[in-house]
Order: sequence, then C-alpha cells, then structure tokens
Amino acid sequence: MKYIDEFRDAEACQRTIDAIRQVTSRCWTIMEVCGGQTHGLLRWGIDQQLDGVVRLLHGPGCPVCVTSSSMIDAAIELSRRPDVTVTSFGDMLRVPGSQESLLQARAGGADVQLVYSPLDAVRLARDNPDRQVIFFSVGFETTAPASALAVKQAAELGLENFSLLVAHVRVLPAMEMIASEEPSLVDGFLAAGHVCTITGFQDYAYLATDYRVPVVVTGFEPLDLLRGIHECVSLLERDEPSVVNRYERCVSEHGNLQAKNHVEDVFRVADRDWRGFGIIPNGGLALRTEWARYDAELKYSIQDSLAIVSGDCPASEIITGRLNPVDCPFFGKHCTPEQPMGAPMVSSEGACAAYYRYLPANQNSQPSL
Amino acid sequence: MSRLPVNCPVPRSTDDAVTLAHGEGGRTMRRLIRDRIVSRLGNTPLVNLSDAAVLPTMGGSPVMTTDSFVVSPLFFPGGDIGTLAVFGTVNDLVVSGASPRWIALSMIIEEGLPLALLDRVLDSIVASARIAEVEIVTGDTKVVPRGAADGLFLTTTGLGELFEPIPTGPETLKEGDVILVTGPIGQHGISILAAREKLGFDPMPTSDCGSLWNAAQSLRSAGCPVRAMRDATRGGVSAVLHEWTETSDSTIMINEEAVPVGNEVRGACELLGLDPLHLANEGTMLVAVPKEMNQRALQALLKVGNCPSAAIIGEVTTRRLAPVVVRRGRSAEIPLEEPQGAPFPRIC
Repeated sequence: MKYIDEFRDAEACQRTIDAIRQVTSRCWTIMEVCGGQTHGLLRWGIDQQLDGVVRLLHGPGCPVCVTSSSMIDAAIELSRRPDVTVTSFGDMLRVPGSQESLLQARAGGADVQLVYSPLDAVRLARDNPDRQVIFFSVGFETTAPASALAVKQAAELGLENFSLLVAHVRVLPAMEMIASEEPSLVDGFLAAGHVCTITGFQDYAYLATDYRVPVVVTGFEPLDLLRGIHECVSLLERDEPSVVNRYERCVSEHGNLQAKNHVEDVFRVADRDWRGFGIIPNGGLALRTEWARYDAELKYSIQDSLAIVSGDCPASEIITGRLNPVDCPFFGKHCTPEQPMGAPMVSSEGACAAYYRYLPANQNSQPSL
Repeated sequence: MSRLPVNCPVPRSTDDAVTLAHGEGGRTMRRLIRDRIVSRLGNTPLVNLSDAAVLPTMGGSPVMTTDSFVVSPLFFPGGDIGTLAVFGTVNDLVVSGASPRWIALSMIIEEGLPLALLDRVLDSIVASARIAEVEIVTGDTKVVPRGAADGLFLTTTGLGELFEPIPTGPETLKEGDVILVTGPIGQHGISILAAREKLGFDPMPTSDCGSLWNAAQSLRSAGCPVRAMRDATRGGVSAVLHEWTETSDSTIMINEEAVPVGNEVRGACELLGLDPLHLANEGTMLVAVPKEMNQRALQALLKVGNCPSAAIIGEVTTRRLAPVVVRRGRSAEIPLEEPQGAPFPRIC
C-alpha cells in the first residue's frame, strides 16, 4: 500500500530508533500534540522502545476530549426538541456531557444521527424539510473546512432548516498555553500532521523562537513518528529551536489555501472553553455575523447547563501533559472505556483510552471489569 | 330483492408492495405464500403448507440453532439479508460440528415493502440454500404496520446432524496450538458500513457472506483434529479470540503480518480508523488445531477452493496479563482490545 507500507518498514524503524539513541545525550520530554499520534506511538510500542531515551507526553490533541461538557449538554438539549435532529461525528456521540452522552440521549428517544461529513447533514436537511437539522460541528482545523462548505452549500440550496452548533478548536493557542507554562512542561513538540495539511507550518515559527521549543510536523505511521522524534531530539541537542516538516508527503509550508479560504469566509477566530484547560484566548472558531442565520446558538435559546464535572477525575492534568494516564488512581479500575469518568477515556482518540487499549498495564483492571 | 355478494370482500392487494392483508391469513396471504415462496422453494415438505414439517430420521444427534437477521441495508455488495440468513444459520451448525440439513424460515415484513424486493430476497434464499445443500422445510410470514420494522426481518432455525469427530471445544486449547483463519477478514463489516453510509469507496468492499461447510468438511476429510472452530461474525476475530482465551484460560498471540486483509478493507480501515480484527465476517472462521497438525490443516483449507487466503495467524501461549496479544512490526507486542460495541469511525 503506497505511503503506508513504506512507513511501517521494521528495518527502517529499527535504524531510526538506533539513530535516536545515538544522538540523545539526556532524556528529553517531547509532547505529541495529536491523539492520533498518541495511538500510533502506543499501537506500535514506540514508547516502550524509547523508554529512558525520550519521555513522551500526550497533548491535548483530541478535539472530542476537549469539547466542553456544556456544549455537549446544549447539543443534547437541542436533540430532545420535537422537531430537531442533531447530527455529529461518531466518536462525539459517545462523550458524556455533564449528565449523559448524545448516544444515551438517543436511547432515551432524542433524534441523534451519526454522519461522516457535515455535507451529509446538509443532505439530511434538504431531504427532511419539516425538521430542523443541526450539525454539532467539532474538531480542529482539519474538520472546519468541511463545516464551512456545509454552511455555503446550505445557503446555495436556500435551506432554512440547517444550522451549526459550533465547538471548533484551534490547536496553536493551546500549544502556546502549554509552552508558556512555568516551569516548562515540554522540551519540544511533535505538531499534528493532519492539522498542518490544512494550516501549513509557517504559523508555528513564533512558537519555536519565542518559547525556545522545537516543533516538528509529524505523521502517524511508526516511521513518521520515529523520524519526527529523531528530528526533534536532534534540534534539542543542537539547541536549535526551529520548525521542521517531517510529514513532507502531506504538508506544505502554507497548507491548503482553498480550505483555509473557506474557513476564513465562514468562521472567525474566537475564545473557546476547552475541557481541562478553561477559556483559551483565540482557542476556537465561531460563525461570522453574516452567517448568523446558520448559528444554532443564536437560532435557539440554549439554557446554560449546570455542568457537573467529577471533581475526582484528573482529566485536565492528563490532557495538559501533567499526569500520565497510568499514574491516575482510577485508571483501569474505576475508569474504563465502558464506564469512563472523563473524556480522555471515552473518546477513541483520548490518551487514557489509548493507554487502556494498548498497554499491558491495563490488565491490572481485569478483576474489576 | 337485491343480490348479496357471493363472497365476503377480500382486502385488495396492490400489485407492487406488501400490504397488511398479506399477513391476515386470508386469500391474499395464501397467494403470497403459494405464488412467491413455495413456488421458488420447490419440492420440500413446505409444499403441503401444513403447520409443521415431518422430517426423516437421522443417524447422528440432532443439532439445532436459531438466529435473527435485521441487517440494513437489505442488499449490500456481496450479499443480502437472504444469503445472510441461510449462510449464517448453516455456519452456526458447521462450527458446532454438525452437517446442516434443514432450515425453518420466519419473515416479518414491513407494510409497503416492494414485492419485487421480496422476490429478490426469496431468490437469494433459494440460491443460498442450494449452495449450502439445505432445505427450507417450514416457515411463517407476518406483516407489521409501516414504521414497526425496518423493511424485512428474518429469523431462521437450522437443524443439522452431529458428525464425528466433533471439535473438542475451546476449553481444550493447549499451549502451542495453532490458530488459522479461512480467509481475508473484515469484508462483511466494511461492506455493510460502506453500503449503509454510502461511503462511495471504489472499488466497493464486498461481503464474504458464504458457507463454511466445505472448509469444515475438508478439515474432517484430512483427518485433522479440530480443537475449536468459530465463525468470526459480530465483534470479528477479536471477539472470538477473547472468548476462547477466557474459556481456556490461555493467551493467544497473533502475528499481524500473517492475518489476511484485502486491500479495499485495509484502505477503508486506515481511512476510518477501524481495526479489521474487530470487524464482522460472514463466511470466514477461525480454527484451532494441535501444533503438529498446522500444515495439514492449512493444506486442507487451501484445497477447498473458496479459502485461497487461508493462513496460520497465531498460536496459543501460556496465560499472560493480556488475553490476546498482537505482534506488530519487529518486536512490539500490543494487547488486542476486546470489542465493546459498534465500531465508530474517529474524527481525525
């Protein structure tokens, strides 16, 4: 399989591991920003192979995990209205709000539907003119262009029964927040490859220079990840905090201009409440005023939810890289993917779910399952 | 004196769709059964339209299974609800160590289902039964109001005859036993997902829906003692392996590179973030045999004709912390997650 098999070549991976060991003079702490990278690292046992050489921290890169519970509550509240259908991506449906998830709401009679693209939600609205179809629009810069297109398409079709409940997040402000922590949490970043296919990597330059952290754009296959780590360690060893692209086959400096233009047309940068982080300035997107008629938050009066976040769950420590999932006292015992206490365990992209899935440590939980 | 009608009025049936009248036991229903069902199934005990089928005596112990089919969409690349119902029931008998003989077929039809579509399903049932060498001997038809069902639900009950030697069962799995798979995995799960969600893959993945009778027969003819056989349906290979390890208190180690996965399935899984080991199969089974029988079992399966991708994929080891472990790349050994529910595609 072109572009996959080459990046799963066991010999090449082993050579890169050896190279990382050779170049490293101390154990550096590197944060992989994207949940897909966390899964890749654990799925291929890379963290085990680099144990003691590089300390890998799992970043906030699961858009589903960082969606605030009050947004999920709002989506659930809307889905219970008699003429409303709420649609979203598959893994969003499983994440609990303050009380329950969209899937649980569906089991209770709410109209919640899984879609693979916001454009499917537009089609649903077109085919069901008597229902109000809301797309719960979540994700990083990767999913925002399709949401922008959906709004434009709804406008072209003259649909009055389509809207977005926007919970989009932007990755760079969150990285900046982590980089600015004192004392420093991370020595370097593996930037999220999928996000950079859209945004490009030129925007990361100030992060690298202002906070003196190297940023390496990295893909998701084992060799991608190892090359990213190798580059990041090399930059640290040479004390060269700069931005390097190691996901060359997908990412360019300026990204996908067409996609960026669509996002620019429809959305504006806005502050956003991230689960585990709180309000991040410029940490999200909101619809521009000229598209207000497609904004579900303005179209419907959404009651403020009484968000009840479990005081016990240290999810915010985990998604900000302060706590390793296996060090959480609840991991695998009281908190499992079947009965999650927090979003990083419930979303398939979450760091806790990745650990639970791939690490033998999860076997400690067997007796309590 | 006005003339009274000779017959009570019978609800008029439309020519192109099932109506509630088709389920009310009167003439319309009789016509449906006689003209569309019995005429297709040919000369079986069903022709008598009695309440139950009288069957000949068998040499071996009778083995019975039952299953319901509620698939959406009713038709998908590689099969339909009819082929699923027949092969699914046949395969449940086969992996239990029985040769399939007879099937009872119950249909719950939603009002409004096009009769032409019902005909296509019935044709599939007949063709599948012929391939699997089983007879449909009795059945039932109900029609429910529009909205009470999703087009068509089928329930099949299969009766077969136990053959010797029967598989000893997963509780007898021992360290060193070898795990084989009869074909490429995940095809049914991806084909249904792609058809239901109109994912537009090109080429479209095709379901592996088919009979496992020949594969089981071939292992038996080769004199290959089978410890356990199981069709890897919902939950896929992962669910079967987890069940086996729980029963036998062992760990099963799978070599990921050895597991046959078609290009379409692999591509779709990469795109959607799904694991083929978790996806449903409908004509692919796992077989466990003693270590010394591994080549004989593999050759027997390869000879069958419909198992050209059969492969040895792993082995039973002593119990470790993780019940099922996948060997990836050169040395990474990663626990395989037990499937929890429907696999959902991830966001990015």
